[in-house]
Amino acid sequence: MQTSITFRVDGKDQTVTVDPEMPLLYALRDDLGLNNPKFGCGLAQCGACTVHVDGTPTRSCVTPTAAVEGKQVTTLAGLGTPEHPHPIQTAYIDEQVPQCGYCINGWMMTAAAFLRDNKDPSEDQIREALTGLKCRCGTHMAILRAVKRAASLA
Amino acid sequence: MTIQLSRRTALSAAMGALVVAVRGPDALAQGTAAQAAPISPLPPPGQLASYIAVHADGTATAFFGKIDGGQGLDVAVAQIVAEELDLPADRVKVVMGDTARTVNQGGASNASGVSQGAVPLRNAAAEARLLLLEMAAARLGVPPDALRVSDGTISVAAQPDRRVTYGELIGDRRLDAEVKWNGRYGNDLNVEGRARTKPIADYKVVGTAAPRRDIADKAFARHDYVTDIRLPGMLHARMIRPPVAGAKPTAVDESSVSAIPNARVVWKDGFLAVAAPREWDAIRAAEVLKVDWSATPPPFPEQAAIYDHIRNAPVTKRGVPMQQGDAAAAIAGAARVISAEYEWPFHSHSSMGPGCALADVRPEGVRVWTGSQKPHAVRDGVAKFLGVPPETVHTVWVTGPGSYGRNDAGDTPFDAVFLSRELGKPVRVQYMRHEGHGWDTKSPASVQRVRAGLDEQGRVTGIEFSSKAFSRTNIATSEADPRDSLASQSMGGGLNPQDTYLFPGDFVPTEPYAFPARTMAWETIPPLLDRASPLRTSHLRDPLGPELIFAAESFVDELAAATGADPVEFRLRHLREERDIAILRAITEKAGWQPRPAGPRNTTGEIARGRGVSLARRDGTVVGLVAEVEVNRGTGAIRIKRMVVGQDCGLIINPDGLRRCVENAVIYGTSRALHEEVTFDRNNVTSVDWNTYPILDITEAPEVVEVVLINRPDIRPTGAGEPAVRTAGAAIANAVFDATGARLRRGPFTAERVKAALAGA
Repeated sequence: MQTSITFRVDGKDQTVTVDPEMPLLYALRDDLGLNNPKFGCGLAQCGACTVHVDGTPTRSCVTPTAAVEGKQVTTLAGLGTPEHPHPIQTAYIDEQVPQCGYCINGWMMTAAAFLRDNKDPSEDQIREALTGLKCRCGTHMAILRAVKRAASLA
Repeated sequence: MTIQLSRRTALSAAMGALVVAVRGPDALAQGTAAQAAPISPLPPPGQLASYIAVHADGTATAFFGKIDGGQGLDVAVAQIVAEELDLPADRVKVVMGDTARTVNQGGASNASGVSQGAVPLRNAAAEARLLLLEMAAARLGVPPDALRVSDGTISVAAQPDRRVTYGELIGDRRLDAEVKWNGRYGNDLNVEGRARTKPIADYKVVGTAAPRRDIADKAFARHDYVTDIRLPGMLHARMIRPPVAGAKPTAVDESSVSAIPNARVVWKDGFLAVAAPREWDAIRAAEVLKVDWSATPPPFPEQAAIYDHIRNAPVTKRGVPMQQGDAAAAIAGAARVISAEYEWPFHSHSSMGPGCALADVRPEGVRVWTGSQKPHAVRDGVAKFLGVPPETVHTVWVTGPGSYGRNDAGDTPFDAVFLSRELGKPVRVQYMRHEGHGWDTKSPASVQRVRAGLDEQGRVTGIEFSSKAFSRTNIATSEADPRDSLASQSMGGGLNPQDTYLFPGDFVPTEPYAFPARTMAWETIPPLLDRASPLRTSHLRDPLGPELIFAAESFVDELAAATGADPVEFRLRHLREERDIAILRAITEKAGWQPRPAGPRNTTGEIARGRGVSLARRDGTVVGLVAEVEVNRGTGAIRIKRMVVGQDCGLIINPDGLRRCVENAVIYGTSRALHEEVTFDRNNVTSVDWNTYPILDITEAPEVVEVVLINRPDIRPTGAGEPAVRTAGAAIANAVFDATGARLRRGPFTAERVKAALAGA
């Protein structure tokens, strides 16, 4: 059963005609060609697919597309640009965080929402905010440095 | 990113005419979606232009037959090439892993990117500089030795205003010269010309910090991974795996997917896949397809019995890479004998993204997009699999979702080409998470037995180390032989096991120590299943390092404890090589290590604190680690307070990049040691996602990691990215012993296992 679903992505109105149960991840990637949310697990266990839905970090791999009808979806590409970077993007580049980089979408999107709501977080608060996200290369220490740096830039 | 296949060029016989648009560092210089210039297949290895191009705009391109998995290898290569060409590093572009544009240098392999891979490029760059100098000499009418080069401008030394740039000299021509190829492909490939390379004392670019080239694109979501490639008209495919490893479909009910638009089923013997134009439809089809499976005897032992299985299994091959003196006699005649056994489970690659590949098989040629770290091997393996000449297969490497050896990325090209040929369309195969964990290759489970004799004064008289394990290569570490693919093994080809377990990378456990008599031995046992197996082994980041060094360096600690010695002083007493001593001193000084025998200083209180050390070599590199931990006696949880990791890998090319490599490696090694263990029942692997195969969480990452690097400008660079992985297990276990008196001899060090060890201590 294909349904037309309209939502706003990175400031642009988009309509997709899809199975309403299809996870948002596939609508973003396959219908809209937005590659930054990644398929990591399809189980909401790793975070690689994270986007903001009305500002809340959301695992798009388990979110039915129909659930974002009329909502604002923000992807990493919508967070900032080289001309107008988000502090977490500046910090990721300054700290040279990623190794393979496939996971960074989840960390950056989660950290961006956390830093919006927590202006001067402690390291423990940062760790708790990011718990559950996966990195297989072992960049954990660089991630912490970057989020702390982003907090100081914000 | 959508790959634009121009119909006219794609149908031409010239494979090189393909128009490829992949975003990444290569494309960045030309805009967001650059189109690569027409390319010719199989660059000849004896031609300078196969390695180096200098352009009219004064930039250069290095063609590198390996890939960067995210450790900045391309930056190091650019620095090395820039050094020889007397160019700033940011004017050297590096093209990697495209089989039509780079010579087969073996892909990513054994941390050899700088130590071996950069050597022919360095030589080629020096040769290119010499040619340009000769061209300048002819143009300026002076002998070459009257010229000097700075930032790509050649000037007459005595008259600096008489000058010409590389760009003016070369125009748009290729560097038309032969170089002497050593006749080898892979890691050992080398070329030499007439030019001498620069003395290290004159280095200006090598040894300086240089940033990665891919990070800004990744942070702004402008970098494509292999998973992001799309081909016009492609089908999405998903594989169907058996519930019992080794079982094959006996009946497939295609009507079970008839409600899914345009879903197709491809079944050959044990190979079963579904495909559909929409990715979500392929995923749904894989979920609902009804399959009857053959009754297969459960192939695996109970997991609880795996180490007894290893102990009792027949030995298929034995090796004794080090025998010095008569260790058995030295131990037999000793005043005291210390012995211990250490066990280490199967580990999974479990890359951030499961394997993915795309293929377009046409009568006129085959194209494959892969994240495998050995794209040239993929080309050769796919060609053999399809029965076509290798020069008709063009493999394009695109960043993969994590790459630490021969993982599931190496299986997907075979699935993709088979499905593309069967379905007559381009096909994109991506594995699901349960395959990324459950059907990737594993590092082998093993049992290490160690014995040593001590004399009356507590001196070591001799030591015997024996490791018994599954071979580390049930399948080869490259994709060059299709028999090593899940596709081939599912279609009736058996496992193609090789009995290799020799301690790789020219290291043997306890190597740094000058014990008077030593025997270091290994034994392999048969694989558990003789065909496509979720427990087949192959190389995983720092192959065999974590298990062997966990055993060796825990045992050295046990010897120190048995003799009442401080663990660092005990090691120093037996070390002979200055580089080993320097690393051990550097990390212990940085950590503020105060000498005392290991062991708990108090036995009350919930939190016990301790410190541990480990030291190891790997193929010319020396690494060491001090770990400071807290153990919760109530829960058994280990908290890493601080790690001081040291590495000496010879000449440092890029200190910033190296520092991050080492830091990441030790964190990854900590994850392996604290958490990782492939679980299985009699039928199949049961650790199939991140909940059933936990890894290090950021709340568990050390409070502090300090990296100490020792630069050795007089020693050729050796492997940098993997060695520190092996240091974590023993340093943590030794710290737990220091804190609690409990000795951990089995990985991983889960809270339950630590609690059990505390109960027995």
